[in-house]
Amino acid sequence: MSEKREGLFSRAEEVIGLFRKGAEFTQELLRENERLRRELARVEGQQLAASDEHAWEKLRGELLARIESLEGERTDMLERLHQVEDENRHFTERYIEIEEENNNLASLYVASFQLHSTLHLPEVLQIIVEIVINLIGAEVFAIYVLDEKTNVLSPVASEGAGPGAFPACRLGEGMVGGALANGETACADELEGVEPGQPIVAIPLRVQERPIGAIAIQRLLQQKDGFTPLDHELFTLLAGHAATAIFAARLYSQSERKLNTIQGFLDLLTK
Amino acid sequence: MRRHRILIVEDSPTMRQLLAFALKRLKDVDIVEAQDGMDGLRKLTADAFDLALVDINMPVMDGLKLISLVRGEDSLKGMPIVVITTEGAREDRERALALGADEYLTKPIQANKVLQVAKSLLKIG
Repeated sequence: MSEKREGLFSRAEEVIGLFRKGAEFTQELLRENERLRRELARVEGQQLAASDEHAWEKLRGELLARIESLEGERTDMLERLHQVEDENRHFTERYIEIEEENNNLASLYVASFQLHSTLHLPEVLQIIVEIVINLIGAEVFAIYVLDEKTNVLSPVASEGAGPGAFPACRLGEGMVGGALANGETACADELEGVEPGQPIVAIPLRVQERPIGAIAIQRLLQQKDGFTPLDHELFTLLAGHAATAIFAARLYSQSERKLNTIQGFLDLLTK
Repeated sequence: MRRHRILIVEDSPTMRQLLAFALKRLKDVDIVEAQDGMDGLRKLTADAFDLALVDINMPVMDGLKLISLVRGEDSLKGMPIVVITTEGAREDRERALALGADEYLTKPIQANKVLQVAKSLLKIG
C-alpha cells in the first residue's frame, strides 16, 4: 500500500517538474517576444524616418551635429594630449639638466673641498694631479710653478710623461707662459691637430692678479674625445682654487721654516 | 627595508669622496671606504657587502689582484664588483671582466652612470 503511495508521489513530482520547466520555457518565450517587439519598433521607426524626408533630414542633422561635436572634443583632447606630452618632455629635459647640474656641482664641491683640505705643498700638488686625472680625464700633463725672481715656469709635478716632456718656459712665452700672463685658459681649437708634446690646454693659476703657476695638459685619456662644460668649470675652479691652495701651502711652509728658525734662535738665547 | 652596504676601494681621496657623494643619493645604503686593494680585501672578508666599486691602479694591491682573490673566496663569489678605472683599452676591460668583474666603467666617471649601475646590481628601483 505504502509502495503504491510512494509511486504516486514520485509521479506527481515528475509532473510538477514538467510544469515548472514549461513555465520557465514560457517566460523565456515571453522575454524573447518582448525583445523582438522592441527591435521591430526600432526598425519601423528608422523606416519611417527614411521614408519621411523631413524626419530623415532632422535625424541626419542631429547625427552630423553629434559627429561635429565629437570631432571637436577629439581635437581638444588631442591638443591637450600634445600639451601634456610637451610638458612631460620639458619636465624630463629639465630633470636631466638639473641632475647634470647637481653632478657637476658635486664634482666642483669635491674638487674645491680636497684642494683646501691640506696646507702641505706635496699633498696639494697630489690633489691637483688627482683632479686632473679623475675629474677632467687627462693622461699626460704637468703642473708648473712660477719662480717670481726669474719669471720662469718650471714643472713641479707631472703625469703620463717624465719632467723632460714639459720644458720650462718664461712668463708670457708660448701657450703656457702666455696663458699665465694674460690670465685666460688657452684651449686648442682642434684637439687632433695639436702636435705631440704641445699642450692642448693651458690653465693659468693666479691669486687675484698674481701669477702662481699653470697646468698644461698634453693628452686626454683614450676614452675621452673632447671637453665638456664641466671640464671648463673645472678649469675655472682650478685656475682660482688650485692657485690659492699652492699659494697658501707655500706661505705656510715658509712661515713654518721662519718659525723654526726663530724658535731655534730663542732656544739658543735662553739656554 | 634592509640597508645595502657598498665598499669603495680607491686610492684617490678625491674619487672616494665623489663616488660616496653619488652613491649617497641611493636610499638605505651604508658606504665604507678602503684606500687600496689590501685594505679592501680586509674589509670584504671582515664584513658582508652587497657591492664593491674597485679601482685598478692602486698601491699595495691593485684592483685586478683584489678581484681575483675575491672571486676565489666562496663567500664573496656572488658579490657584484664594478671596476672604475682610467684604463680605457678593450683588453683591460676584457681582462677585468674575465677575472669576475660585473661592470667596467672608465674615468672620468659620470655620477648618473655609477648610480644606474649600482641600482641595477643591487636590484633597487
